[in-house]
Amino acid sequence: MSIIRYQAPDFSTLRSLDRWANLRDEINSLFEGPAWSNDTRQEQLFNGWLPALDLYQTNDDIVAVVELPGMRKEDIELSLHDGMLTIGGERKEEGAEGVKTARTERFVGKFRRSISLPTRVDASKVSANYKDGILSVTLPKAEEVKPKQIQVNVS
Amino acid sequence: MDTLVRENRTEKRTNGHAPAEQFVAPVATVLENGDRYTLQVEMPGVNKEGLEMCVENNELTILGRRSLPEVSGTIIHRESRRENFRRVFELDPSIDAGKISAKIEQGVVTLTFPKAEQVKPRKIVVS
Repeated sequence: MSIIRYQAPDFSTLRSLDRWANLRDEINSLFEGPAWSNDTRQEQLFNGWLPALDLYQTNDDIVAVVELPGMRKEDIELSLHDGMLTIGGERKEEGAEGVKTARTERFVGKFRRSISLPTRVDASKVSANYKDGILSVTLPKAEEVKPKQIQVNVS
Repeated sequence: MDTLVRENRTEKRTNGHAPAEQFVAPVATVLENGDRYTLQVEMPGVNKEGLEMCVENNELTILGRRSLPEVSGTIIHRESRRENFRRVFELDPSIDAGKISAKIEQGVVTLTFPKAEQVKPRKIVVS
């Protein structure tokens, strides 16, 4: 089973009410089931960081695009096992002497998330690129699952 | 004087209408380190060219336009937002706006604000 990140509902159509939307969400969350469910902030508290992940499909590849701002390349771990792509790593705190935190919204620490890939991929040809805080992982599909053109011969 | 910035939530909208473009507010962390404050803002997909910052009336506006990687093909799972980033911070009066420095590295904007001279602790020498 793949782990799906919780997504905040889209209030973009109610733009003029957005200042109230926050308040409404907070109030709604009090009434919606157990306190630990359906709440991004709670989720972060228990599950750590769940970076946004997009998955694309082309004829030859599966491409995963993950938002990982402010990482060092060597702190990102990628693994592929049994059709499951796992992206993990650690964001280290820049803990210099005498630094006081006035406000913290950024996540610090270890994180991990997995997604099951829709088709089989060739693990030996996976490539990854990290730029502007976005990790792009290209996973070429296994030869046998690639769509093939079949020539029809008229005799 | 314990916080550098306060988010400005009561931002005026022109004629009460919503602005044409929609933005997402990026997450931010504020650190205090001796004689300066550091503000870190997460803007994945934004590079130096897409970053706009201005200070006006003690308000710092950070706007990040994303240049997302071009992926051909069809999307089969989406969690990211496409909107650009924008957030307004109210600056503490103790900040010298002329001395703000900024850098962007792997989608994180780091701004450094030196505290103005008068708020730094000053030693008084007894003669």
